Amino acid sequence: MRVGVITFPGTLDDVDAVRAVRLAGGEAVHLWHADHDLRGVDAIVVPGGFSYGDYLRAGAIAARAPLMDEVIAAADRGMPVLGICNGFQILCEAGLLPGALTRNAGLHFVCRDLTLRVESAATAWTSAFAADQEIVVPLKSGEGRYVADAATLAQLESDGRIVFRYVDPAPNGSTNGIAGISSANGRVVGLMPHPEHAIDPLTGPSADGLGLFTSVLTAVAST
Amino acid sequence: MARVVVDVMPKPEILDPQGQAVAGALHRLGVAGVTDVRQGKHFELEVDDAVDDETLHRIAGSLLANPVIEDWTVSRA
Repeated sequence: MRVGVITFPGTLDDVDAVRAVRLAGGEAVHLWHADHDLRGVDAIVVPGGFSYGDYLRAGAIAARAPLMDEVIAAADRGMPVLGICNGFQILCEAGLLPGALTRNAGLHFVCRDLTLRVESAATAWTSAFAADQEIVVPLKSGEGRYVADAATLAQLESDGRIVFRYVDPAPNGSTNGIAGISSANGRVVGLMPHPEHAIDPLTGPSADGLGLFTSVLTAVAST
Repeated sequence: MARVVVDVMPKPEILDPQGQAVAGALHRLGVAGVTDVRQGKHFELEVDDAVDDETLHRIAGSLLANPVIEDWTVSRA
């Protein structure tokens, strides 16, 4: 099972995402933003960092990179895509997920381990979890406050597309405590916290994050 | 060639913590009478006269501004 991890100028967490894919039992494949080649991958991770230095808006320029044309086309065919932190911002800017991520309320960059509740285990990236399971992963972002218009929020809530929610009050002021959402078909997921930093108790607060990377292998195997 | 100005502002209903921080700084400096600050972006584009208004609005709405959270205006200087 080949899982691609994209590197943009300014991406930071591609190495940890590659390690997470390997620890889950997948074959990690490096993808380069300037290419038009997905190298035959079965799923894609858009990792965190500060692509293009967050110039214009976080994720705005990366969302228009050459490789993103291929990512959008693949997602339209049902390929699983995961956006983490800056990757979540990129997927929203690219129109693969609704809404936007804005400056944290209170302006502080938040960097700490926190507890998330898995609100939906019915996505390609969360089938290894039980619904309402609580997981501990790090959050490290300055623009993680999820916003969307009232109609979009109501749709996400009623369709069960809120995938992760902060258990304690959202440290970034995110609407409805939203930490992560999915596309209508559950194949594209974006979240601000970093599951790829919580795959091994030696280097992270837990191994809870590994579940996203094992889930996608199951999802790909069953399609 | 013409200069085109695109101003981008957070939508009124979107919380603008950066603008609030500026308002707070003004208050601490002892400036009276400023009740609110909203922070946006100002773009100046040098464009050929052949570029029509529709194209300018497409540029503004597809890249310079995020229509989910921001409003924009386009004006030819």
